[in-house]
Amino acid sequence: MTSPYIAGSSSVSAIMFKLLLALVPGVAAFVWYFGPAILISIGIATVVALVCEALMLLLRRAPLKMFMTDWSAVVTAWLLALSLPPLVPWWLVAIGTAFAIIVAKHLYGGLGSNPFNPAMVGFAVLLIAFPLQSTRWPPPLMLSATRVSFDIMLAYIFPGLVEAPRFLVDAETMATPLDTLRTQLGLEQTIADFSYMPVFGRVGGVGFEMMALCYLLGGLFLLQQRIISWHMPVAFLGGLAALGGALWLLNPGHYASPLFHCAAGGTLLGAFFIVTDPVSGATTPRGKLIFAAGAGVLTYVIRVFGGYADGVAFAVLLMNMMVPLIDAHTQPAVFGRKSRT
Amino acid sequence: MRKLFRFHGGIHPEQHKEQSSQLSIALAPVPDVLVLSLTQHAGLAAEPVVRVGQRVLKGELLARPGGPVSAAVHAPTSGKIEAIEARAVPNAVARSDWCIVLRPDGADRWGERTPLQLTGANRASLLARLRDFGLVGLGGAAFPSHIKLSLKDDAKIRWLVVNAAECEPYITCDDRLMRERAPELVRGLRLIGELLQPEEIVVGIEDNKPEAAAAMRAAASADQFNIDIVPIPTLYPGGGEKQLIRTLTGIEVAAGHLPLEHGVACFNIATVHAIRRAVDLGEPLIARVLTVTGNVATPRNYEALIGTPMNQLVALAQEQTGTDGYIMGGPMMGFRVAAKDVPVVKATNCIIAIDGKHFRTPPPELPCIRCGTCSVACPADLQPFELYWHTKSHNSARARDYGLADCIECGACSYVCPSKIPLVGYFRRGKSEAAAADRAARAAAQAQERSNWHEQRLQRDAREAELASAALSTAASASSEAIGIKQASVQGALERARARRNEDPATGHKS
Ligand code: SF4
Ligand code: SF4
Repeated sequence: MTSPYIAGSSSVSAIMFKLLLALVPGVAAFVWYFGPAILISIGIATVVALVCEALMLLLRRAPLKMFMTDWSAVVTAWLLALSLPPLVPWWLVAIGTAFAIIVAKHLYGGLGSNPFNPAMVGFAVLLIAFPLQSTRWPPPLMLSATRVSFDIMLAYIFPGLVEAPRFLVDAETMATPLDTLRTQLGLEQTIADFSYMPVFGRVGGVGFEMMALCYLLGGLFLLQQRIISWHMPVAFLGGLAALGGALWLLNPGHYASPLFHCAAGGTLLGAFFIVTDPVSGATTPRGKLIFAAGAGVLTYVIRVFGGYADGVAFAVLLMNMMVPLIDAHTQPAVFGRKSRT
Repeated sequence: MRKLFRFHGGIHPEQHKEQSSQLSIALAPVPDVLVLSLTQHAGLAAEPVVRVGQRVLKGELLARPGGPVSAAVHAPTSGKIEAIEARAVPNAVARSDWCIVLRPDGADRWGERTPLQLTGANRASLLARLRDFGLVGLGGAAFPSHIKLSLKDDAKIRWLVVNAAECEPYITCDDRLMRERAPELVRGLRLIGELLQPEEIVVGIEDNKPEAAAAMRAAASADQFNIDIVPIPTLYPGGGEKQLIRTLTGIEVAAGHLPLEHGVACFNIATVHAIRRAVDLGEPLIARVLTVTGNVATPRNYEALIGTPMNQLVALAQEQTGTDGYIMGGPMMGFRVAAKDVPVVKATNCIIAIDGKHFRTPPPELPCIRCGTCSVACPADLQPFELYWHTKSHNSARARDYGLADCIECGACSYVCPSKIPLVGYFRRGKSEAAAADRAARAAAQAQERSNWHEQRLQRDAREAELASAALSTAASASSEAIGIKQASVQGALERARARRNEDPATGHKS
């Protein structure tokens, strides 16, 4: 054993635990606006993640206790579950989580070695394989005509496993604000023509905007705890807002305001919890700015010009591929090898 | 108010200084045996100038510097040379090394002491005194002090930066030294100031030692000596030489250069104390103040003779049960000594008795999660996790590209790493591997040169042989007498060539 003989108190499990803690306000808002179904999704994802993690550790002959107690699999599970709509069938959550843990994490070498954000890999796989189920959001409770009772909820999540109540209502689905924007613009409308629609709420859509605010709250906690640095969230939102803002200024009838884009969809969850994943992200200060700004710009591009309503997942995965390049070109100057007076 | 500059990174480990900073410096008794390492400084080993059985007086030269970068060793007390042999000495690699073993005679009788007269003295005379009196940096690196001043005589020194930061946890010897002997230290600064003529003398003291700063200020004003006592933020490793110079002057010492090349001379405050004794009193470096702390009942500072076995000092502080070893230096940069009875060396600023309670074995290391906390903490602006990656995979070239050589081994990265990776341990290993690789490369280059030379010789010999046989055929038409002579000489050339071909040029041995 060599020096230092003392060590600070930080640990991987503490970091992961704080990440989970920081997600709690967002989860609470989720429940408030979309009902408790998300809690079941989170539960399923957590169990599947832990089982897959244990399985893969056994297969890889890695020390089980040490890695099971680092909580990292649980963070992946929660982030994936929170990216999905509520009321999705259990197997969807399970497949996504299993893919995230088994393929995206462990086949690439496990904790610390995965070049791609596991939660986003899981989500992207679901988006591609089950596009309908993974993007079909129910309306926020307050905009919903019907009440989704507990047994109906279970019938949705565990189709076939739980006996459907006699009057199973097809829970409504409702286009998300981002979907609505896309469809209406496709109908040659200008934003002013349809912005009255209740789904848009105040800035980023009923429910979504409050969830965004709660993720922001969690993110500030992470910043205060120095688990994340300001670079990533600021650059991510900055990239998104810069491109969004420029187009909006050019043609406000066709492009939604940058504020809307920041508050809508998964933007803030992405900004504070996903782009900031250390393992798969850039590491140098300048690299972080480039990485996150790139993800922000790509998110916007995919949302507005691409084929998907939200683009955080693909944007992050694309930027993950750029990380080695970004890091290699942004190495900071070493002490004594720059002129600084 | 002096404008202070910021260096990148740094950490705030728990201080643990109050344990040993309360009591005054105690004089450690002369032990029954003194073991004086010949390698207790950076650079070449010192060469003994005494014989076994010889009687020596206190302060007498025992070993002279073994080269330009080396330091002399003197007798800490009067006595008899008992042995010159390999002994366990404190070093990070736990290797034994040559030592002079001195059996004190109890008289503690000084040899002749000649103070350096300041009138007519200049930098060169100070340099010579530092070299001859065994002065090395007492902050921990034990770099020969005269080397730090070896620059062209006319080079201007703008700042004399005095390192009294004492940023490592647990260590309080500089703190106590300043509190108790400030007038002596100010006197020392005056002497050095006279000889170096710096534009400014700045003493950097971390702001967790207000008493020390106050004592220094009081002593300076009593002496009407214009020096700047500057409290600097408590931030490890603020006492790293380059970090301190940066903090106080804004200068970033260029990689591979000495502070002196930037007009800065930098001495540790304890070194100033030793220099003052060498100049003013004519005493070589034979004792120092050091902290004894950790698993002991009364942690405190001792003034001990160089060569005192460590366990005797720890016994003075009442070693507690459960102690399973000592750390020399602080917990951040120190190292575990191979045995409890290794001797105090010039660089020993602290001995920490460790037990399972004070210093738990680290938890198993997890993989790096690339969180970058280590880069945020690194005072050398490095990316430790990149270095970790390359040193772990023994890739010296890549590690060098990422600045391995610029790592000051402060351990800040290891301290903050959530995965508990002993990063700096990998870096130390990487550095020695790189050094070994360099040596191998140099050896290979030399071998290549030799074999090239060998080739050339073979070619030359072949040409010679060709010429010889050509001469032989021409000679065939000449007179028989002439043939006889020519043949003899040609034969000789051929034989010489043949003989050379069988000779290994590297060793001169016949193969
Ligand atoms: S602090 Fe540890 S885990 Fe984090 S990047 Fe550095 S080496 Fe990796
Ligand atoms: S030990 Fe080296 S790499 Fe680690 S913080 Fe110190 S200077 Fe940086």
